[in-house]
Amino acid sequence: MPSLANPTRFLDLVGRIVPWLALATAALFGVGLYLALYVAPPDYQQGETVRIMFIHVPAAWIAMFGYTLIAIASLGTLIWRHPLADVAAKTAVPIGATFTFIALVTGSLWGKPMWGTYWVWDARLTSVLVLFLLYLGLMALWQAIDEPGRAGRAAAILALVGAINVPIIKFSVDWWNTLHQPASVFRAGGSTIDPSLLTPLFVMAVAFTLLFVLLHLLAMRAEILRRRVRAMQQSQVEHATVAGA
Amino acid sequence: MLNLGPHAVFIVAAYAVTFIAVAALMLFIIADDRHQRRLLAELERKGIRRRSAAAPATAPKQAARKRRA
Amino acid sequence: MKPALALLRRDISLAFREGGAIGTALGFYLMVVAITPLGLGPDLNLLSRIAPGILWVALLLAALLSADRIFHNDYEDGTLDVLATGPLPLPLVAAIKSLAHWITTGVPLALLAPVLGLLLNLPVETSPLLVLTMLVGTPAVSFIAAIGASLTLGLRRSGMLLALLVLPLYVPVLIFGVGSVSAAITGPASPWPPLLMLTAFSLASIVLAPLAAAAGLRNAMR
Repeated sequence: MPSLANPTRFLDLVGRIVPWLALATAALFGVGLYLALYVAPPDYQQGETVRIMFIHVPAAWIAMFGYTLIAIASLGTLIWRHPLADVAAKTAVPIGATFTFIALVTGSLWGKPMWGTYWVWDARLTSVLVLFLLYLGLMALWQAIDEPGRAGRAAAILALVGAINVPIIKFSVDWWNTLHQPASVFRAGGSTIDPSLLTPLFVMAVAFTLLFVLLHLLAMRAEILRRRVRAMQQSQVEHATVAGA
Repeated sequence: MLNLGPHAVFIVAAYAVTFIAVAALMLFIIADDRHQRRLLAELERKGIRRRSAAAPATAPKQAARKRRA
Repeated sequence: MKPALALLRRDISLAFREGGAIGTALGFYLMVVAITPLGLGPDLNLLSRIAPGILWVALLLAALLSADRIFHNDYEDGTLDVLATGPLPLPLVAAIKSLAHWITTGVPLALLAPVLGLLLNLPVETSPLLVLTMLVGTPAVSFIAAIGASLTLGLRRSGMLLALLVLPLYVPVLIFGVGSVSAAITGPASPWPPLLMLTAFSLASIVLAPLAAAAGLRNAMR
């Protein structure tokens, strides 16, 4: 969107949106948690532990949503040279990585009472783990390159290569999993999720999404300001050098 | 109070980890945001100008900045 | 055609002349496969079941070890700038260098694998299939490693960083490569479907990876 390409106007927009977004997020989490913890009935197979699903599944969705966002932003950096694209990509990485981490940990904590082990190499968890590794790679690459332009483009290339690979990796992990599937496999939530569980799940999913957007906008603002500060500090050094010369 | 069944500790742990992770992320981002705004205010107080702040940000200036970026 | 072949021949002879590079990769491969049973215990039954996995994982690590030299030397001495402005399109340069890496690292590792398989009690009759899967899969390894090499050109600790970036991308190679050999060992599934998937993945990498590697090179040379 051309109007958002101007960083100053973008910052303005962020400042105006954030309070409302924060309010909406808090409200949705309030409703979602109430539904998840009090209203939703215990599952016939899993008992109360189904309540972990209300965090685990939305977190996994956000993990994928985050990566998709990074991939689109990477296209913005490489193809359209949108000035805010690499800011969007850079700031989304740690946020997406955190939600992926949450998905992994809650998946593990869900697994222990259900399957008896803290980790199981089923297709979904394994795919989320690989996604986490992709996020870590992006973070490492951003950290390793000092010059922000080069870092942005390198991370964009890596993100796109990863994005192309994700469906292939998912396919191969699914195939691998059918080979090694234990005799009785617990399908999380059953093959169809009971409607009484759908509403809390949906509310939590929207709440998580708004939380991601909120954190992302704040992080983008901080990053834009950081770049301005750096530019001003640099011109400060230049003026001092010129004056002293 | 909630009856979370025999596996309550796992449910509590899951919600706790999530809460802590989200809170840490939020604190870090908000702190960073505040820090940058403080630095910016200090620099502007000292009278350092940004390149485009010296003149009104017209379209050619924006385009020139984009090309240089 | 001639400049392309000349570049290929040059890279291969440089790799052989460097001596240490290929020997080190092979030595590392031997080392990892040799110490793994020391960690897992000498149970031959167990080892023979996991031998394809160990051989493949160790091969990936050994290939990655030498990956950052794909562009490094030419970047350091300025040859890369000459190549970038020369008659060959940059993706083709990247492809040729990836091919050279495959010929000088992937192929020797693949050929050594059945020998190391003896240490792990790999059933001898599966050795030809093992070598075949590795010869089919290692082009993907080299070509994708070149993407990592181009992105980490000139950086500190580029070797480890490269491995970190590239290993998740190897998941399909590992799954289908090991899957094929395991199917042959334990049956009744046929080893051919995963081998075909591996072939498709390798072919796709050969075509697409040089484009990404060239983008990475252009970025690093700005």
